Amino acid sequence: MDNYPALIVVAPLLAALFSGIFSWVEERFTYPTALIGMGLSTFSAYKILMRVLDSGTIQYKMAGWLPPMGIEYRIDLLNAMVLMLISSIAFINLIASYRNVEQETNDRKGSFYTIYLLFVTGLIGVTATGDLFNLYVLIEITSLTSYAMVALADKDRGPLASLNYIFIGVIGASFYLLGVGYLYLKTGSLNMVDVAGILSGIEGSSTVLVAFILCMIGIWIKMALFPMHVWLPNAYSYAPVAFARVVAPLMTKVMVYVMIRLMVTVFGLEYIFNTLNLADAVVWLATIAIIAGGIMALSQKNLKKMLTYIIVCEIGYMVGGAWMGNQLGMSGAILHILNDALMTFALFLAVGNMVYKLKKVDFIHLQGLFGKMPWTMAAFVLAAFSIVGVPPTCGFFSKWYLVLGAFEAGAYHFAAALIISSLICAILFFKVFEICFFEPMSEGHGHGDGHGEVAIAEAPVSMLIASGLISISLIATGLFSGTIMNKLILPFLG
Amino acid sequence: METITSIKPLLAVLVSLLVIPILVSSSAKPNVRESWTFIAGTIKLLLVLSMLPIVLKGDQIVLTLFKLAPGADIAFRVDALGMLFALVASSLYIITSMYSIGYMRGLNEHGQTRFVSFFALAISATIGAAFSANLITLYLFYEILSLATYPLVTHHQDEKSRISGRRYLTFILGTSIGLVLPAMIYCYHATGTLEFAAGGIFTDQLSKPAATVLLLMFVLGFAKAGIMPVHSWLPAAMVAPTPVSALLHAVAVVKVGAFSIVRVISGIFGVEFLTSFNLGSVVALLASITIIVSSCIALTQDEFKRRLAYSTIGQLSYIILGLALLSPKGMTGGMLHIAMHAFGKITLFFCAGAIFVATGKKYLSQMVGIGKRMPFTMGAFFVGSLSIIGLPPTGGFISKWYLVLGTLEGDQLILLFVLLSSSLLNAAYFMPIFYRAFFCSQEESMFEDKIKEAPMMCVVPLVITAAISFVLFIVPQPFLDLAQLAVKGFIGG
Repeated sequence: MDNYPALIVVAPLLAALFSGIFSWVEERFTYPTALIGMGLSTFSAYKILMRVLDSGTIQYKMAGWLPPMGIEYRIDLLNAMVLMLISSIAFINLIASYRNVEQETNDRKGSFYTIYLLFVTGLIGVTATGDLFNLYVLIEITSLTSYAMVALADKDRGPLASLNYIFIGVIGASFYLLGVGYLYLKTGSLNMVDVAGILSGIEGSSTVLVAFILCMIGIWIKMALFPMHVWLPNAYSYAPVAFARVVAPLMTKVMVYVMIRLMVTVFGLEYIFNTLNLADAVVWLATIAIIAGGIMALSQKNLKKMLTYIIVCEIGYMVGGAWMGNQLGMSGAILHILNDALMTFALFLAVGNMVYKLKKVDFIHLQGLFGKMPWTMAAFVLAAFSIVGVPPTCGFFSKWYLVLGAFEAGAYHFAAALIISSLICAILFFKVFEICFFEPMSEGHGHGDGHGEVAIAEAPVSMLIASGLISISLIATGLFSGTIMNKLILPFLG
Repeated sequence: METITSIKPLLAVLVSLLVIPILVSSSAKPNVRESWTFIAGTIKLLLVLSMLPIVLKGDQIVLTLFKLAPGADIAFRVDALGMLFALVASSLYIITSMYSIGYMRGLNEHGQTRFVSFFALAISATIGAAFSANLITLYLFYEILSLATYPLVTHHQDEKSRISGRRYLTFILGTSIGLVLPAMIYCYHATGTLEFAAGGIFTDQLSKPAATVLLLMFVLGFAKAGIMPVHSWLPAAMVAPTPVSALLHAVAVVKVGAFSIVRVISGIFGVEFLTSFNLGSVVALLASITIIVSSCIALTQDEFKRRLAYSTIGQLSYIILGLALLSPKGMTGGMLHIAMHAFGKITLFFCAGAIFVATGKKYLSQMVGIGKRMPFTMGAFFVGSLSIIGLPPTGGFISKWYLVLGTLEGDQLILLFVLLSSSLLNAAYFMPIFYRAFFCSQEESMFEDKIKEAPMMCVVPLVITAAISFVLFIVPQPFLDLAQLAVKGFIGG
């Protein structure tokens, strides 16, 4: 048996180590090291995905220790997909953000790459692991690295945003750890599959109920489900854009993955929807999250900030879908993990290009951007349409499944929230487009072929290519969402 | 009836899409760019024409592109109704492209490459909508068309176009996301398919109130059809350059709206289903109100294009009214009106644009005596307005004839009255324009007698479309055949 499940984590981890050393010795080497580490990781993710598609779930025992004592990596279709997503986004971003890193972190390039790699290692580990405590450790690795990253760029506001993030993040982690503690008390095991087997006998236990609720609250804080979202907007908008580009699409989505993993694999959907009586309340919470996220986004005057509130809104989509209690909702939520990660990545890639040229992305700085940065704007427009849910971009198709699921469950309020949020997103983005397209206002008719044309000042080609590719992939993912559904998601749900 | 699998519908959609990179890259050489537009347009028309004989034989051409979920694929199907619409749109696209050259160069407009590129995208989406095999594909192209036309509507990039653009999107995008999308997903939830089927997709899943709500969500949600009260984007969209108003807001965009409603009535609900619940009358009522009210508003408009816009709103409702009659003749008339109105109305818009290029005037009160200066333009205007009013010898007469027969067939005397009074109103808002253009005394005339027309590229297209309007009176085939074939399909003959 090959060791790709280990390599996928070890490669970025070792790369982090080396790039840490290089940042003292010879800073030039840190970037290639990071590139090699992430490249290997992406390659392993691809190999793993193909293996899982081919021959089903992979169980990999770390260092040969047998579960439930040893740590087991358990990779099925769901996390194979998420792993592929994480490693490829992190890899592509590494290429696209080279200039941004130079620009924003000036003398601390080495530290940036080291933390970046550790962060990605954490995310990959969280996704691959089959052990509840190991999961906690890895979540903390991603969180600690994020705290550091947020404080890295903006000297004025970064530290405060980071501190806020730390406080709330620690609370979230404590909740989760407490929940795992209760589970361990009751079952004496930390291996997910093992725990699930033991739990199936003791469904009425109040200890299990408490454990479940604690775990969920912990994860919801980490994923910024409204009203536990307050740390997110500042943290993500003051972080260096090169980091925001990975943390925004990945962090919250991986936490959604963790939630679904706990629901499906550990506690079991049977238990959650038949024994517990929480689903309705959570769907309502998700509904409120969607609307609240949208409304808060409406009041923003900065593009990055606006996007972070859209993330809060999108979290509501996935939580609501997962808690809908039917297969359509759950499959919609899983599809949206993929789609939302891609479209948020696409948006932040475009925003990164803008930041590179404009330094600031308050709305007033965006005037005339269609003329100045036509390619970046084209990529941005595509990504925005995906968020709004215009077919054939992928955002439409996950919304399709989510609304269908809501109809089937009779949760019309959730369906309405999805539609309203589409409308709000349309308003949000067209507000931006208007500024980029109409301002500075020309007087009367613009005449003459050359009239009013602004000189093009685009971002470097490497950034444009990444941005364009990801935006086009939104359409491809949308058109092949039937295949993704039939090959990955439905077989996983069984 | 046979079904043939062929890649032709996809090619017909893609050809204008694929030419866009070429258009952009040749932006420095306008003549090269324009010739590519013509090449793509001609290929598109030829592709559509090559499918015509197959469709006239009663066969269908199908192509499935992407499998999304059972009953909801991205797929094309070319049937009589789709062919009728595609034929109108692709033939008028070429004529409009010619006209655009005259208009845009005549006014020395900025951003011409952007203009032709989005125009190509818009026509691509239009053909896509025409050939859609199911509601989800139709919705996809409907949305692409909404978004592709936004930069065309707001072409001038000034404060006025910003406000109009906002209204345009609010109505078009707001209704399609807010009403059509949930209605469509509900249909899929209830029936498990979105395929357009001859007798509709519903069997007994819907109660009458639910069916009424769903139907209204579709009829108002496809706001491009301009049924009141979701019509006011159309007059606002008149800030666009005239070629846009001509092709998009008299033919492609608005007709996609009407076409979508026709599809929903015939393919989703089904004629029999609607008849059994007597839901046709609900739609007919909305359409009748729109027809009368918009014609009355048109009377009060002094800006040429706005008057045409209100006229368009009324005429679109003819199509809806024809379908809502749910009788064979009425539906034939409704669908025929897609074609007849297109050729008539585009002529009128071309005239408005030609006058603007030649004289800079856009208000009707400033056009007294214009006929002596621009006789070809105003002559064409006369033919076009006859067609809209529905008088022989123009194509508009034939579609109205069928509509009137349809009302008689169903004993709908009130609707007959609506149609006839609307024709009178149409005459009342068009004939004075023509009259004042030619018959005024020397003192009243605001122009010299010397003939000074707009550029050739503007005048030739409008003469062509006026001529076609006339020819359609004598030779209404193939449109009449297509409409009759389509109706035969609807009622399951």
